[in-house]
Amino acid sequence: MTWLTWRQSRAQAIAAAAALAALAVALAVTGPSLVHLYDTNGIATCSLSRTCRTLADNFEAKLAGTDAILYGVGILVLLLAPGLLGVFWGAPLVTREAEARTLPLAWNQSVPRTQWMAVKLGLVGLLAMATAGLLSLMLTWWSSPIDTAINLSGSTRIDLTRLGPALFDSRDITPVGYAAFAFALGVTAGVLIRRTVPAMAATLAGYAFVQFAWPIWIRQHLIAPAHAVVALDPANIFQIRDVNGSMTLSALPTFSQQGAWVLSSQIIGPSGRPIRVPAYPPCMSGSNNGMQACLAWIGRLHLRQVVTYEPASRFWEFQWTETAIFVGAAVALAGFCVWRIRAR
Amino acid sequence: MTTVLHTRGLGKRYRQRWALADCTLSIPAGRVVGLVGPNGAGKTTLLNLAVGMLAPTAGTIEVLGSRPAGSRAQLARVGFVAQDAPVYAGLSVADHLRLGASMNPGWDAALAGERIKRLGLDPRQHAGKLSGGQRAQLALTLAVAKRPELLILDEPIASLDPLARREFLQDLADVITTGQVSIVMSSHLVGDLERVCDYLIVLVGSQVRRSGQVSELLAAHRRVASRQASLEDLVLAAMSQPAEPGGEPTLEARQ
Repeated sequence: MTWLTWRQSRAQAIAAAAALAALAVALAVTGPSLVHLYDTNGIATCSLSRTCRTLADNFEAKLAGTDAILYGVGILVLLLAPGLLGVFWGAPLVTREAEARTLPLAWNQSVPRTQWMAVKLGLVGLLAMATAGLLSLMLTWWSSPIDTAINLSGSTRIDLTRLGPALFDSRDITPVGYAAFAFALGVTAGVLIRRTVPAMAATLAGYAFVQFAWPIWIRQHLIAPAHAVVALDPANIFQIRDVNGSMTLSALPTFSQQGAWVLSSQIIGPSGRPIRVPAYPPCMSGSNNGMQACLAWIGRLHLRQVVTYEPASRFWEFQWTETAIFVGAAVALAGFCVWRIRAR
Repeated sequence: MTTVLHTRGLGKRYRQRWALADCTLSIPAGRVVGLVGPNGAGKTTLLNLAVGMLAPTAGTIEVLGSRPAGSRAQLARVGFVAQDAPVYAGLSVADHLRLGASMNPGWDAALAGERIKRLGLDPRQHAGKLSGGQRAQLALTLAVAKRPELLILDEPIASLDPLARREFLQDLADVITTGQVSIVMSSHLVGDLERVCDYLIVLVGSQVRRSGQVSELLAAHRRVASRQASLEDLVLAAMSQPAEPGGEPTLEARQ
């Protein structure tokens, strides 16, 4: 059984290995100069956050154009890889045999079809996990200087903090969990639908939904977030709206925790309660002078912000928790496939 | 043990339509049984139920005394060639033999190798490039070399040209003479079945119309019809007649 599964998945294993090898070459060629730039730049040894920020900005400015492109492509590849593995390896695993009508042949050897299913799931699933794992290992290593610089350079690029959706989903071990889940989802769709193209479409839709919904609704509940109260810096205000005679302020929190994932922030008054800021006409004037007067006036209110966030130090806790959840879901789906396909 | 296959009130429904309904029959061991009947009689459904590819909606089925595909041992005891003899198009002939060897503890590698050689199949050839007749023979090789007690063939010759059909039947006749294997094969080509089968079951609308040894059935038929009546005449007569009362119990009594 193992032999047949290997024989059937040999071509895709070779294709994956070739793609990984090509990427490895590209990364090995560009990686050392990136490391050199990082080492000579001094970020690695800086301690003052202000110095670090300058050095990081410096590093980013010196980054070669190809490296910047490769960095973005790497993130994209890792975000897409699990879904693609589910669509192209998972969904056809059973449907291909159903459509070629080879199931009677496969199921009438002296191997129970539950075992047939389990071996196929296990072997090709591990292949998918290994592919995603190696991809992540290589790109995480190559990207680490840029990741560090971006996380040091300040909170403006909130999307690329280590806990943000783009980086968290494409670094270290989570891609392995996603690949396992997407693959099992694909096989499950195939077992239920029995036709390749509809199963592929269902896999793509299902996995895309999970991938988008997870960081928005689920991830922050895995570990209860922390709270911090910081002074509102009027310079960080980016939007003022007049609502029924009071003003709604939107401001980025002045937040010294590098790489933290800020979930929300609420403006409170000096007393510590949510405050109603009365409308102050200069804020709505639209002129430069008016705005300066407005911000000075807001500064005198001594407003503060309650920041709800996940500290960057929880990165690995999140990685392990989330990987375990996705691998667990994959195992549950695989169990369902085996149960569903049994002889009755 | 006298029966290889026994069903009681067996039925299989697809949504609203019954592909097989209330089918009760027994197939004796040690025979080469031809299962004939018009399209839609339920032959393929019956055989797929017998190998566990389908699950019954009603009734029971026992093959070699056990539930179809119920265990590893049961799978090893039954060989099956499905309609149109499916093989893996992307795998070579040699790959198929390796597949058989790795998935069947009772695999007879010598027999498989000898058959491939005798049939003139190139081991390196991809199965997708084989002719219909060669594909059927490769599928039969896989089913035979696992050394089953019962070989089930579903319309193995229906899609073959006359020459390939004759070669396949000749090959099957060799299988019959060399091994102690019971065979059940469905077909609507009665004339061809006559050459290899010694037992016949005529299935019409899930019901057994005639069953028995070919020689006895023919002798009985020739008494009421013409002396030259062939097996085909017999089958056509059985299919056009209303259900024969007591036809099926006769079979049970014979055992």
